[in-house]
Amino acid sequence: MYVRGLELVDFRSYERVVVEFGPGACVLVGPNGVGKTNLVEALAYVATLESHRVATDAPLVRFGATRAVVRCAVVHEERELLVELSIEPGKANKARLGRSPVTRTRDILGALKLVLFAPEDLSLIRGDPSERRRLLDELLVARQPRFAGVRSDYDRVLKQRNALLRSAYLARKTGGNRGGDLSTLDVWDTHLAQHGAQLVRARLDLVAALAPHVAKAYAAVSASRSDARIAYSPSFPVPDASSAQADIEQALLTALGEARKQEVERGVTLVGPHRDELTLTLGELPAKGYASHGESWSYALALRLAAYDLLRDDGVEPVLVLDDVFAELDVGRRERLAELVSGASQVIVTCAVDDDVPRALRGARYEVGGGEVRHG
Amino acid sequence: MYEGAIQDLIDELGRLPGVGPKSAQRIAFHVLSSDPSDVKRLAQALTRVKELVRFCTRCFNVAESDLCRICRDPRRSDEVYCVVEEPKDVVAIERTGEFRGRYHVLGGAINPLEGVGPDNLKVRELMMRLADGTCKELILATDPNTEGEATATYLALLVKPMGLNVTRLASGLPVGGDLEYADEITLGRAFEGRRAV
Ligand SMILES: Nc1ncnc2c1ncn2[C@@H]1O[C@H](COP(=O)(O)OP(=O)(O)O)[C@@H](O)[C@H]1O
Ligand SMILES: [Mg+2]
Ligand SMILES: [Zn+2]
Repeated sequence: MYVRGLELVDFRSYERVVVEFGPGACVLVGPNGVGKTNLVEALAYVATLESHRVATDAPLVRFGATRAVVRCAVVHEERELLVELSIEPGKANKARLGRSPVTRTRDILGALKLVLFAPEDLSLIRGDPSERRRLLDELLVARQPRFAGVRSDYDRVLKQRNALLRSAYLARKTGGNRGGDLSTLDVWDTHLAQHGAQLVRARLDLVAALAPHVAKAYAAVSASRSDARIAYSPSFPVPDASSAQADIEQALLTALGEARKQEVERGVTLVGPHRDELTLTLGELPAKGYASHGESWSYALALRLAAYDLLRDDGVEPVLVLDDVFAELDVGRRERLAELVSGASQVIVTCAVDDDVPRALRGARYEVGGGEVRHG
Repeated sequence: MYEGAIQDLIDELGRLPGVGPKSAQRIAFHVLSSDPSDVKRLAQALTRVKELVRFCTRCFNVAESDLCRICRDPRRSDEVYCVVEEPKDVVAIERTGEFRGRYHVLGGAINPLEGVGPDNLKVRELMMRLADGTCKELILATDPNTEGEATATYLALLVKPMGLNVTRLASGLPVGGDLEYADEITLGRAFEGRRAV
């Protein structure tokens, strides 16, 4: 799969820009702050409906404009598909697939498969568990788009359940002996366990499939002997990694029952996939807190490369984006990375100076500057 | 900002669901340029709706007398009730022509984020209607979204001891949506294929 064309209107710093890409390596060159990441961020947004830099949509729209449009032509098995997305903060985003509007924006998920590696990914290793859960869920959705629905159902039930717990908590605190209306908590528990078990089952499968790729990619990038291992650590006792979904649902329901007193006291849901963790270890030690800067970088890169390999094994070779990463890597890692990805169907690289990019990846060159992108 | 009466009208219109500030302004100026008799008819319709329309004392559908049209109809079956969130859902289901029983309008769905629990809905009233044992089947036709599903589960658990046949509309309805937006055919099919819960 590769992106043949990208058009942005009022996206980030761009009033309007059109870029034509080809398969293979494409290198976007320009000094800091000219808008290189803005371009690949738009592509990543089409692939995941999220920005890798910001949690809200407002900063994606050019300052002073009301809505941004991203159009993108994706070629897969020699057929071209046009994906169009209009982003208007405060309103529901709109999307088109091959010129016909889709009922829900998330129907475009899967049209563009893309793996992006960026400096922000260091937080996969050093950041909160939420960063690692996001990695898993993004990959889950890229492989099976229906999980976007499972995730959003789970999130909605969680929000409602937390609201109920919070009102019960506040009612207690203000001395009202009503204790909040907890009569519906059992209902929210069943629904949370139903959606939650689906998500946990899928994440367990995903981690099992991803783990060997992570070990392999880490070894290849770092040229070291220490093992990179990943494991899914649920926030509640799941019998084992191969437990059936129904058993996970029962386990979550039991855990909710046991946590209830504490949950009512604190006004928040304490167990479930929103509290689970993807544990990363390097040799015998946890990566978080122990890995060096260089090791953390290699690990983050290995996670993204593993995602890439997994998607490719599923049958669709995703687009690979390496945003400003070569400057951070030593020469050995640079060369190994370049070698690993030079055969990809498309690699979009951004950098400040040409010299940072290894020779193996010096394909089509684009100069970014002054709100424009020039090929050649 | 405009002055006086026109801004008052824009403000009032802007409070209506689905009307943003721009639409409110457009409607206000449309009213201003309309024929006085048209405006009078609109104003009368607005006041009459509050004066004349009430809620059915039995099923809480909209009504112009004590009981709504459906509750007054002797040809309809008392053995099956369809539970919906809003009066507009009654209209949507009536359009399918698949249902010949009675309704019960809850007045919303369980929604802790908006502070709505069972006590804020016509749940106690439903239990009272069911107490005489005439009704044999309860169809839960709340919206196919998080809040509607939770409400359906809650009601199913609540009436379980009564030994009724409780059913839920078949899947196939657009998930996450509103019942009122489903077309007649989809909604009709969902009715036909309802399943026990
Ligand atoms: N919503 C926006 N409106 C206008 N300019 C923006 C917006 N968001 C970011 N920018 C500008 O984009 C530039 C950053 O672009 P970026 O793609 O991150 O640079 P780089 O080329 O270093 O990757 C900054 O100068 C910033 O001011
Ligand atoms: Mg950048
Ligand atoms: Zn009635």
